[in-house]
Amino acid sequence: MKIQNIRDHLRNFRVGIAGAGGLGSNCAVALARTGIGTLVIADYDVVEEGNLSRQYYFLNQIGLLKTEALKDNISLINKDVRVISHNLLISPGNIPEIFRECDVIVEAFDRKEMKEMLIETVQNKMPGLPVVVASGLAGWGNCESIRCRKIDETLYVCGDETTEVSDDMPPLAPRVGVVANLQADTVLEILMKKEH
Amino acid sequence: MRILLNNREVDFEEEIMSVSEMLDIKKFTFRMRIIKINGILVPKDAYETTIIRNGDNVQMLYLMSGG
Repeated sequence: MKIQNIRDHLRNFRVGIAGAGGLGSNCAVALARTGIGTLVIADYDVVEEGNLSRQYYFLNQIGLLKTEALKDNISLINKDVRVISHNLLISPGNIPEIFRECDVIVEAFDRKEMKEMLIETVQNKMPGLPVVVASGLAGWGNCESIRCRKIDETLYVCGDETTEVSDDMPPLAPRVGVVANLQADTVLEILMKKEH
Repeated sequence: MRILLNNREVDFEEEIMSVSEMLDIKKFTFRMRIIKINGILVPKDAYETTIIRNGDNVQMLYLMSGG
């Protein structure tokens, strides 16, 4: 399939990104470059200097809302992508409204409690909607242990499902980028099979 | 009984067990996870009351912080 056919197909879809940190910012950029029609990005945080070790932001964006900074960065990459940003804390109560009409949701949180909350909410309240989860990306090396595992048509997990971030095992750009891009690729796999 | 656990057949001596019992037996108790039985997500507060039966398809994924 030629790139233009791929873009013509992907233009019809809307992808939700829950969290705009290391996973969400890199995944959103990969999807924007590929030509997804609409990205719905939700996060409440602002860009801090420490984020630049792995997140898709720049020094002159420190202090800006991540959702706004990411929207700006995407507009510098592909102006055909529509970005809908929500500056808020994602919760079970607002997930169905924020991500309504999305074709896939990318789980891109840091804390596992938030990952669990998003998965439970989407599986219960938005049946049939695929969630692409990230789990296990800390540290460095052993990238071959990172993979995408399909649980079923509505649940995919990208990562090694083993390593957890801590003071001694920080999230670093290479492995975070591998997982974020694996999530983006999984979204493409789902959407390329889907009729619009 | 025999169940499918993450696409592998696993045998248990029990005829019937709750999700909590299965996690104890397999010593799966220390990590945060998502569990689906026959495609239905089991909420964490229902692990005690949800029953696993012979032939069930149990899918588990582990949640690790980081992102």
